[in-house]
Amino acid sequence: MHPTYTKYYYPYVSPLDPCQPITKKSYSTPPNLYMGFQPPNLPQFNTAKEALYRGTLWPALYDDYPNKDYRGDQK
Amino acid sequence: MWYYEKKLQYPVKVRECNPRLAKYLIEQYGGADGELSAALRYLNQRYTIPGKVIGLLNDIGTEEFAHLEMIATMIYKLTKDATPEMLEEAGLAPHYVNHDSALFYHNSAGNPWTAEYIQAKGDPIADIYEDIAAEEKARATYQWIINMSDDPELNDSLKFLREREIVHSQRFREAAEILKDDRDKKIIF
Repeated sequence: MHPTYTKYYYPYVSPLDPCQPITKKSYSTPPNLYMGFQPPNLPQFNTAKEALYRGTLWPALYDDYPNKDYRGDQK
Repeated sequence: MWYYEKKLQYPVKVRECNPRLAKYLIEQYGGADGELSAALRYLNQRYTIPGKVIGLLNDIGTEEFAHLEMIATMIYKLTKDATPEMLEEAGLAPHYVNHDSALFYHNSAGNPWTAEYIQAKGDPIADIYEDIAAEEKARATYQWIINMSDDPELNDSLKFLREREIVHSQRFREAAEILKDDRDKKIIF
């Protein structure tokens, strides 16, 4: 199965927490954690420009880091 | 030796004069997990590691200098026309007193860079595992800076640098596999 690159956990919320609690917190688990030794002949981005823009030749190693609002942390 | 290409690895565009962001970015310039530490760590470890992974340390160490240059450009652009009052407001008064708006190798808390940030244990496994940890820590630092920055064009360059940390970590993990592997030995059980 395809792994996800963002994981979530639900920290303990105390009734005495001074700030508004974050009930769901995210953290990054980028693709390199799952790849092991990179297999040969992985598909590459279509153009050199796109690969340069992304920072890697291979979509399999690319991890977008969306803005905090879109990552799924919840108040 | 090195050949120098007079351009940045990835374009750096900064939308607004924001000295406060420069204060955070300096962490990646002269901080423990910053690009200077990374470059010097890898290039120094090259000499005492098995030949199969020297080239990797050489290439990644070199690329870290390209990243250092991008960070320097960002910091420079973010502060170059800031008045002393603006720097003071951004918490950079101590920096201004000591350096004007010159860049300096210290972290965002103002502690000067020290060689104690980097290690060379001489043990290949220990050194490569430190390198993997350094890449993941640098990736995390980029995430925390992106989280605090609302400049989309700057974040674009920071995301590129974050992705490079992922690729470097992958390569160091492969180096660890190479170092522990028996695959080229004929083992008869």
